[in-house]
Amino acid sequence: MEDYEIVKGARSEGRLTASDYIKALVKDFVEFHGDRLFGDDRAIIAGIGRIDGIPVTVVGIEKGKDTKERIEHNFGSAMPEGYRKALRLMKQAEKFKRPVVCFVDTAGAYCGIDAEERGQGRAIAQSLFEMSDLKTPILSIVIGEGGSGGALALSHADRIWIMEDAYFSVVSPESCANILWKTTEKADVAAKALGLTAGRLYELGLVDKVCSSERVGDLLKEIAKELRNLKEIPAEDLVDKRYEKFRKVGY
Amino acid sequence: MELKSLFLKVNNELENTDNRPRSRKITCKKCQKQVSVSKIRKNFFICPECGHYFPVRARRRILMLTDKRSFVEMDRDMESKNILSFPEYEDKLIAAKEKSREKEAVICGEAAIGGSRVCIFAMDGNFMMGSMGAVVGEKITRLFEYATRRGLPVIGVTVSGGARMQEGMVSLMQMSKVSAAVKRHDKAGNLYIVLLTNPTTGGVDASFAMLGDITLAEPGARVGFAGPRVIEKTLNQKLPEGFQKAERVLECGFIDEIVPRQEQKEYLERILKLHGF
Repeated sequence: MEDYEIVKGARSEGRLTASDYIKALVKDFVEFHGDRLFGDDRAIIAGIGRIDGIPVTVVGIEKGKDTKERIEHNFGSAMPEGYRKALRLMKQAEKFKRPVVCFVDTAGAYCGIDAEERGQGRAIAQSLFEMSDLKTPILSIVIGEGGSGGALALSHADRIWIMEDAYFSVVSPESCANILWKTTEKADVAAKALGLTAGRLYELGLVDKVCSSERVGDLLKEIAKELRNLKEIPAEDLVDKRYEKFRKVGY
Repeated sequence: MELKSLFLKVNNELENTDNRPRSRKITCKKCQKQVSVSKIRKNFFICPECGHYFPVRARRRILMLTDKRSFVEMDRDMESKNILSFPEYEDKLIAAKEKSREKEAVICGEAAIGGSRVCIFAMDGNFMMGSMGAVVGEKITRLFEYATRRGLPVIGVTVSGGARMQEGMVSLMQMSKVSAAVKRHDKAGNLYIVLLTNPTTGGVDASFAMLGDITLAEPGARVGFAGPRVIEKTLNQKLPEGFQKAERVLECGFIDEIVPRQEQKEYLERILKLHGF
């Protein structure tokens, strides 16, 4: 499939969203709300539950299924308070020694006057800053769209996985084509050039695993195995290894 | 692109040291008056007529903020490669090198400010709009690691359009890499002061530009995550006056102080002294 088709597929309606993954993989899920600073951003759903018996904190960017849900979840574009809610619950995960699992699916962090004035940049920066030192395992899975900084903010993980039909990109192919060639017509060329597919990202060493979309059922076992493996690593080593993982990107 | 117009071509006219007479004048973009280049230079690259802030090259920025002849550059020869074989990237790099007369969009090193040893980095808007690729991320990361080892403060001057598209996810993940290095510097109890200059946006805004212990900005600097045109298009409405301007961002609680260019060095000296340097 052409790279741009993958991008379009990752955006298409009828795909599994974060709440589907949570329903399928997380037992006894209890959702928590609010960032304790401003409000509750419904673009991010977060809470606790169990994966194959392991207590976990789960954070997902939710796009919603139908029009009503999509509006409620702001089409999966988070506000600063969404990232701050996620961070609050990740810090709580550290306190109670629960691993964190993030399901990433967003076209990008919300861009609007309110988002800017409540510090979208600062919220994403703080997420990267704190996740880099979080003393509990973090596994992030890009399940659909990995849209730029808004997706990266929940991907500062020990392991980054991606579904085979998902993408992760520095910029949307349309914006890229528009900036470089003044036309969105060449979005397919941009998509190819950006190297945003699961396979390409794996080749570049930027993601750790490409997951089969056909056998989502296997994902439960794979996640549980990885979490058990990460839980074995002493917290200080885990944080050092996470540092090295990002340290070598590009060099 | 609107962002491009923020990186005024006039910057190079101001910096040119060719044979043209010293008395030459340029037109200030803001007040449209003819102003002599030497007057602008003596006035911290501020228009003597209307107070407009001209962009400042990274190297000059460092000279303006540090003690005379104290700056020692680090990693000066690092150059970007076209890792993704991205179309036209090599040409853009060549043009950027010519325009900026630098090898990349950030300059890093060690210097003294009021006699205090510091690490300093300054970004250069003439190099592909100060965008961050692997080299920019690596140089800043190395600077923070060096500063952490030696217990030195870091002073960072930002100007950037964000992550560099031509390096794809490698450039996006520089945000993660640098933020992690800032965290280590922070945890070891070291001081990091950021000076935001016009414009500081995108992936740089959403990483090390917003992670300072003390966050300063130049008057009128645009500071924000999303580009104004993108927001306007998304919302289909005009943006309010002063939106994403440093003064407004301070009101919103994300900047400690707006410091005029003439006072920046002295301000940094004061802050460093208060931290015992």
